[in-house]
Amino acid sequence: MTTPPLTAKPRRLFTTNPLALARLYLFLALIAVVLGTLLSLLMRLHRTWPNLAVPIHGAIRPEDYLALVTMHATLMVFFVLTVVPQSAFPNLVLHAQIGASRMAFPRLNAAAFWITTASLVVLLAAFFVPEGAPIAGWTAYPPLSALAAAGPGQGLGTDLWLLAIALFCLAAVASSLNLLATILTRRCPGMNFTRLPLTVWSWLVSSSLTVIAFTALFAAASMLLADRHCGTSFFLPPGTVMNGIPQRDGTGSPMLWLHLFWFFGHPEVYIAILPGMGLASSLLANFTRRPVPAYRLMVIATLLIGFLGLGVWGHHMFVSGMNPYAGTAFGFTTIAISVPSSAEILTWLVMLFRGRLRLATPMLFTLGFISFFIAGGLTGPILAQPALDAYLHNTFFVVAHFHLVMAMAGVFSLFAGIYYWYPLLTGRLMNEALGKIHFWISLIAAYGAFFPMHFAGLAGEPRHYAQLTGPVEYFANLIPVERGITWSAFLLAAAQLIFLFNFFRSATHGASTRPNPWQATTLEWSPIAHPAVTNGPYVYGPKAGPQARPQEDFLPQWEPEKPF
Amino acid sequence: MPATFTRHTVETERKDPGFGGKPPLDRRPTGGGGGDENWDSSNSRRHGPRELLIRYRMAVLSGLAGDLVFFAVLVSAFFVRQSAIHIDATDNVISDWHPLAAPPILWINTAILLLSTLTMETARRQLFHEIDIMEEWLGLGRPAVRRAAPWLIATIVLGGLFLTGQWIAWQQLAQQGFFFSSNPNSHFFYLVTGTHGVHLLIGIAALVFALIAMFRFKRVELRQIAVDCTAWYWHAMGLFWIFLFILLVYFQ
Repeated sequence: MTTPPLTAKPRRLFTTNPLALARLYLFLALIAVVLGTLLSLLMRLHRTWPNLAVPIHGAIRPEDYLALVTMHATLMVFFVLTVVPQSAFPNLVLHAQIGASRMAFPRLNAAAFWITTASLVVLLAAFFVPEGAPIAGWTAYPPLSALAAAGPGQGLGTDLWLLAIALFCLAAVASSLNLLATILTRRCPGMNFTRLPLTVWSWLVSSSLTVIAFTALFAAASMLLADRHCGTSFFLPPGTVMNGIPQRDGTGSPMLWLHLFWFFGHPEVYIAILPGMGLASSLLANFTRRPVPAYRLMVIATLLIGFLGLGVWGHHMFVSGMNPYAGTAFGFTTIAISVPSSAEILTWLVMLFRGRLRLATPMLFTLGFISFFIAGGLTGPILAQPALDAYLHNTFFVVAHFHLVMAMAGVFSLFAGIYYWYPLLTGRLMNEALGKIHFWISLIAAYGAFFPMHFAGLAGEPRHYAQLTGPVEYFANLIPVERGITWSAFLLAAAQLIFLFNFFRSATHGASTRPNPWQATTLEWSPIAHPAVTNGPYVYGPKAGPQARPQEDFLPQWEPEKPF
Repeated sequence: MPATFTRHTVETERKDPGFGGKPPLDRRPTGGGGGDENWDSSNSRRHGPRELLIRYRMAVLSGLAGDLVFFAVLVSAFFVRQSAIHIDATDNVISDWHPLAAPPILWINTAILLLSTLTMETARRQLFHEIDIMEEWLGLGRPAVRRAAPWLIATIVLGGLFLTGQWIAWQQLAQQGFFFSSNPNSHFFYLVTGTHGVHLLIGIAALVFALIAMFRFKRVELRQIAVDCTAWYWHAMGLFWIFLFILLVYFQ
């Protein structure tokens, strides 16, 4: 394999080479994830030791805490959980997996990367403007987000935030149009829809969702900017009073923003997790050496999740003043979406049952993904009940739910993908021993950090509060739980240093690898430049090997099918 | 002409009986989950002279689907806002939605935009006129470009007229005292016409690009793509406008 060194600069800065773009996306996401993690650690420190002064910044004021929450969420949701599965990984393998020599629109694809970069720069600039970063949360509910008087950071900081989001929407849509056109028109001969790897199916669905959801967010962001600067009031209600001062009298409704935002926001979580689900199916097939037993069911489940995902947004708004009948309807669709999700999970469990497991690091992280997906997913149907959500809404129970099912499951699938595809990035393997240590510490620390939040939430601990103690002592007995969460969070962050060390060291010192180190069947490992496909993506099993090597237990897609 | 008449050999190879013969093609297992049907048995359209055109069309149409969501968001917000009521201090249900009389010039604008759709389609069809295209491909002059150019220019002029008409409509509203920030209804009127206008500006830029491309691009195929994609975009904007126009005039 001739792969240029990991940190090698692309030959041209504005490269259209997908491998170079995949690396650039990964580095972009790395910046975002490091920053986002540091912000979350600051939050944990402040919740546990409220009077502790941060070295450079000084004491954390309540508004600083809200800015930390906002920026942590924005960085993680957009620049990590969307950018890596939806941009970095497809650039790395998508065109190869369908046997295309290149993307459908290389320049559009490259432009999307640079717009994403511009978006990140604009977002981070919000830290350095007067009054600092926005404090309205990543959901930016009006009227807080519509009026500069709402607090520090709600002036220029929020404008920059909205601009960053609008730029990100453009980049996401541009990138997805390229992916859609690539999947639909660039498949190699024989690569029909029943032979697509499940990752490609996931990208087909998540790209369609991206085009729909991010356009809606773009429209909403435009309207909010008009509210802030053109004197309109789409979202600004009448009679807003802030800090005792009556504000501009609007005629709009914040509910409208909630609807538009969550029409984006919920499909967004499927955009982030669907590629991970496709990857889990592929990796399970590989590391259990079994075919995916229900390929068509998995495809239908993926399509159903995408379709139903567009109709569940109201479950974020049960207690926001929505019509209760609408709440019931959204509760119903939300329960419905757990059916295809369960179909996928049960298929994975079937594959594990009596599979010939190879517990390599990518497999461990896939198992971790499934574990978190189940643990976090089980609280989904609970929160989907409007009556239960009335109590649990805006408590740490919800924080636990989405950090397990979206953040941890998402991140573990990203790790699985990175460990698995690392040879494509560098031509070398990552260190297995370090990878396993990284996995076990991360698994335990992640459960330690997020699982107790369920109990804190059930005890009534609210989200977005900078401090639990102070004049009132309702939550004083939760402090030990908080402390445990904080220690786990630090352990979790520390474990990632092992990963970073492994990631960069293996680029130069890792074991050189054979062309197909995982004995995989999908085309990204193909040694042939222009393959033609005659069999499905997951032909594993005893004596499944090609005619020339019948003792092998896998039939790669680039090998011709065996005669009967 | 690249990759035009090459047939991929996979399908024919598989008919080779090898030893002992093979089962008929349609009964061969597909692997994976053992699906038994070929969802895409006729993929020949993806390989041939129109391959690139179809790829670009696919991207433009997907993008337009996204754009449809953009306008759907505005329209649904319009209806939500329209039906919004609130209850005042004396328990009266109040709607603060005041119908806005759309300026009559919108009718003329709409007619102009529809006309521009026709000129655009005429221009597009010139580029797919088989005999002319064959001549261009053989390098015997550029009859298709020559015929399409006037229609493209006409489309640009009509598009410009439409935008001018929209501007006049804004002026008329402003004279009546309705600005972007005046009331909920005017918010939407200006937002809908404004965003649609921005889309048309992009469309006019694309038209100018297509006009230049027709004369500059060396490959016939690329000239076709430039005009074809612009045409689909333009048609979509015309279609969107009809819906938006009906919304603004009849659903007040």
